This record gives sequence, structure tokens and C-alpha cells, in this order.
Amino acid sequence: MTRVQEQVDAIPGRGQGAAPLLEVRDLRVTFKSRGRRPVKAVDGVSLDVAPGATVGIVGESGSGKSVTSLAALGLLGKRGVEISGSVKFDGDDLLNMPEDELRAVRGKEIAMVFQDPMSSLNPVLTIGRQITEILERHRGLKGQDARDQAAELLLSVGIGDAVRRLKSFPHQLSGGMRQRVMIAMALACQPRLLIADEPTTALDVTISAQILELLRSLVVDSQTALVLITHDLGVVAGLCDQVHVMYSGRIVESAPRRALFANPQHPYTTGLLASVPRLDQPRGVPLLPIPGSPSDTLPWVDGCAFAPRCTRRVPESVGCPPALLPLEGSEPSHLVRCVNPVPEDHT
Amino acid sequence: MLTFAVRRLLLLIPILLGLSILVFLFVRALPGGPETALLGERSTPERIAQVRAAYGLDRPVHEQYLSYMGKVVKLDFGTSIQTQRPVSEEIARRFKATLELTGAAILFAVLVGIPLGFVAGRRPQSWIDNLSTVGSLLGIAIPVFVLGYLLKYVFAIKLGWFETTGRQNVAISTEHPTGFFVLDGIITGDLPAAWDAFKHLVLPAIALGTIPLAIITRITRAAVQEVSNEDFVRTAEAKGMTKSVVTRRHILRNAMLPVVTIIGLQTGLLLSGAILTETVFAFGGLGSFMASSVFTRDFPVIQGGILFIAVVFVLVNLLVDISYGLFDPRVRNA
Repeated sequence: MTRVQEQVDAIPGRGQGAAPLLEVRDLRVTFKSRGRRPVKAVDGVSLDVAPGATVGIVGESGSGKSVTSLAALGLLGKRGVEISGSVKFDGDDLLNMPEDELRAVRGKEIAMVFQDPMSSLNPVLTIGRQITEILERHRGLKGQDARDQAAELLLSVGIGDAVRRLKSFPHQLSGGMRQRVMIAMALACQPRLLIADEPTTALDVTISAQILELLRSLVVDSQTALVLITHDLGVVAGLCDQVHVMYSGRIVESAPRRALFANPQHPYTTGLLASVPRLDQPRGVPLLPIPGSPSDTLPWVDGCAFAPRCTRRVPESVGCPPALLPLEGSEPSHLVRCVNPVPEDHT
Repeated sequence: MLTFAVRRLLLLIPILLGLSILVFLFVRALPGGPETALLGERSTPERIAQVRAAYGLDRPVHEQYLSYMGKVVKLDFGTSIQTQRPVSEEIARRFKATLELTGAAILFAVLVGIPLGFVAGRRPQSWIDNLSTVGSLLGIAIPVFVLGYLLKYVFAIKLGWFETTGRQNVAISTEHPTGFFVLDGIITGDLPAAWDAFKHLVLPAIALGTIPLAIITRITRAAVQEVSNEDFVRTAEAKGMTKSVVTRRHILRNAMLPVVTIIGLQTGLLLSGAILTETVFAFGGLGSFMASSVFTRDFPVIQGGILFIAVVFVLVNLLVDISYGLFDPRVRNA
């Protein structure tokens, strides 16, 4: 019960030594449209990303993971969106930054890779133009210099025959190639932070593995900080040091990768893990889906948002929402938001 | 692209054949013939028979058709009964007036409609969006002749800024090397003549351009709104591109695809159907000429004119499709 009354969240990702590169504090995003109940897409998210760290944000559709990143970069637009909290990049407040300055940060210091590389590339511009425009914008390269650099970037993401490819249009490339182009574009200005929003979801399995490998070699190995947003725990397992699990706009569990997979504490996390097929499982063992869908919990309920779907629900679950804190006796970096966490011997 | 163009041009043959038969039958199904227009209703049967024989109207329809088509193949469209001059010459001269009027009208519609639609699309529900919506609906709803007389009354008669009728002050005698009066004045260096022609052109161009303006505004608005929500616009924003680059290079270029089609279709329509505007402003173009030819049962002019308009319409549409390829690489490579 003392946990329930404790309302101050611990900061996920804190205490990794260096000052954080990205510091998100109590970020709240509410979508409002006339005649409808406002939707709290992000409800008090705080997290730190240290320089060079790889951080995974995991959650199912509608958990607010993409909205968190879009809001942080000012990409949500202004109409019908209410954003509060603070997002600091290298000490500068992104949420209150004048638009011109923010545009100078985006693409240069912080880059993004999106989910669907077909719709994320402009269909009427050559990929060469789409890469050179960012080189022009942030690095002042022009004409042949920009084209040479663009060709080099394409080579670095594994696209051969780069000079000819620069003249291709997006529809002439395969899905995997398009995502490579997106990554080349994102890395064009050697950003300090890359946010990859479901970068492999639209791709088939083998291509997805290649893209993840590419991200590892270009981003992780070059000490660029990476925030990887995904619904796929398998993707996180391969790339991320720190994992935040989101549910209905809140971080429900946050832990170093090993701790999360070895000792998941939130019932939602265990549910996610149980629903992933594993090679070491005997054949014939059925996967365990989490019953219901996140929309069942909307409109907002007090208390734990996962409670309606939770098998470990206790009466306290539907009181005031639990805070995000370390469990007694577990690592201080392993935080969980639950009144009835999963005991260690459960898995 | 070339085979595409050739195929489309070959399609003209069946279109023209079918159309020529229809028009030929239609004009002959009209009550009365050119002889009534020429001789009046109280003429003697002998005179009427004489005139009908002179124009070959006494022969069976299929014979008339075959002999007409025989000449058409040699680009001979016959002689206008009204003016006694070759139909091709009459059409060519008047078509230049129509072309000048249409060009000015479309230019007006594009120059006003695209920026207006763009701003409205970027700021939905703003006052400028609401204004453009109401204006567009009004523009489509108001009959051209009402608008024409209204414009004439306010801007020509009350304010005296522009001229009411005609293409140029009759007192001005100047060379017409192209047949486009404003252009002629500029080419020959006769700027007062060009200015006078311009003042004659403005009001009919606005009257004729209002419906295309309304349509272009609506289409641009819808396209801009749709494209603004596309993922690649978000990508451009995420790349930190400046607002003007996002707008021009990413939103506008994509939003122009449907607008180009509409501009082409509207141009085709105006070229063939400016009858009301030309009549209100006595502009002397193809539309009013065709209308008067119907009243005088000037069969050769009606037939030749309709075939000509069909060719123009098909050519304009071909141009639209080709230009679409210029704007959209997906079409070009398909």
C-alpha cells in the first residue's frame, strides 16, 4: 500500500553516468477534437537517453510510443494537440524552442526513420534529390559535392551502383532498399540521436534482419544514440541496452535488457513475452495472447490502465495509479508500475 | 510515351467518323434548312428547290455524307452558307479569339485558384478557407451571363476601367500577325493597341474563368489537405527542411497532380463552350459563331466546327496526359 501512495516516479534510464543527451520529463500529449472526449495518448512519460545509448520503447499499437517521439520533435502539428512536460536535448528545451531553431536541430542533431518507407519517401522526387536536400540544408553541400556525398551514403547503407540509384524514384526500389535510403537520409548529417519508429515493421523477416544489422553497424557501433520504437520484443532483444515498456500512454516497466528478459515484473511485460513464439519451446505448446485490446481501457480509467486485461488484478489496481519505482530487493534501474508485480520465480 | 501519343491520335479516327455521322444526321433533323434562313419563310417552292439543289441538299443523305467526307479527307470543309467564305478560314480566324479568351480565363483561374486553394488547404476552417468555400460555390452557381452583365455594369459602365464589348476599339487599325490581339500589339510595338485589347479581354476572361477558378480552388484545397497529411511530408519535416521547401517541393508538387488534370479538362471545355461569354461580350469567337450558325442552319460550319472542336478536345486531353507524366514519375515509367 505504501507503493500506491508514493506518487513520484523514478526516472527510467537515469544513472548511466554521463549527463543525458535526451531528457524527457512528464511528457503529456492529449488529442482534442470537437465533440469527442479528449484522448490522452501520452500520460506522463519521463525517460533519459544517454549519449551513445540504445533505448527500446516497446508497446502495442496505440500505446503512445510513436506519439512520444513525434511530440518530442514537434512533428505532431498544433491543431487539436496539447503537449505539456519538457523534452531537453543536450540541455535545450525542444518543446519551447522557436520553430526555426527546432528545424535546424531536426535532421541534423536528431534524425528519424519511419515505419513505412514507401509512404515516407516523396514519390515525385528522385532519392538522390531527397538525400541531397538534407545535405544542402544542414551541411551546406551543393551540386556535385552533394551528389557525391549522397552516393557515398547509399554505398554505406549497402546500396550498390549508387550513382545510378540516385536517379531512381522510390517506386523503382524494393521495400528493403527504400528503408536503406531512409537510413542513409537519417544518417546524412551524422546526428547524435536517431529515433527509429518501427523501422522493420513494413518489411519481411529476412529484410528486417538485414535492416536491424545495418542499424547496429551504423548507429550502435558509431556511438550514435538510438531510440528504437517497436512492438517486437525480439527486435529490442537484439539491439537495446535499456528497454521501456509502454502501455496506454505510460511507461509500465523499465529495465536494462537482461533484467527485463530474465525477470519481467509487470504482468503486461510477462504477457508480451509469453505471446512471442520461441524456438526453445516444445512444439504444440500454444502461445498465450493477452486477452482484450488496449482500446478496452479507453476512455481513461483511474488506477492501472492494464487492470481490465490483467490476470493479476487486485482490488488496489483500480485505485489511484501506481508509481514507477524499483521493487524492494531488485536492481535500482529496474522500475515497474504495478501494485501486484510478478514475482521473480514466475518465469 | 511516343507510342502512347500515336495510339491516342489514331483513336481520333473512329471518334471523328462516328461524330461526323451523328452531326450530319442531327443538323439535317433540324426543322428548316439553310434555304429558310437565306430566303425567308415566304419564298416560292421553286426558289427553295433551286437553293437546295445548289447546296446538294436534294440528294440522298448518304450521298451527301460520302461526298462531304471525300472533301474532308482533303481538309476541305466546304464554304459557309452565311459568309460565303471557306469554313476552315472562318473557324481558324474565330478560333484565335476563342483561344485568346480561353488562355486569359485559364490564366486567371490558375493564378488565383492555386494560391487560394493552397492557403485554404493548409489552414482548414480558417476565415480564408471559409471564404474560398463560399466563393467557390457561388462561382459555380452563378450563371455566366448574369456574372457577365454584372461585371460589365460595375467595372465597365460604372467604374469605366474596362471595355464592354468586342476585342478592340474599332478605331484602332493595327497589324494582326498572330490573330491574338494583345500579343499582336506587343509584337508590333503598338502598346496602346495592346492595352486596348487587354481592356477588352479582362472582363470576358474573368466571367469565363470563374467556374474553372472555383473548381481549381476546390481541387487544390482538397489535394493540399490530403498531401499535407502524407508520411513523406512528415519525413521532410523530420529532416528539418525549411517551411518553404516543405511547402513547395514536397506538398505543392504532389498536390499539383490532380490540379493539372482539371486545368486540362477545363481548358478543353472552355475552348469548345464559351458561347455565352462570347455572346454577352460580343467577343467574336468560335462559340458565338457556332451558335449563330445553328440559327442560320449553316450546315458546313456546324459540321466542320464540331469536328474541329472534337480534335481540339482530344489534343488537349492528350497534352494533359503527357504533362501528367512530366509531373509524376510513376506514370512516366509505367
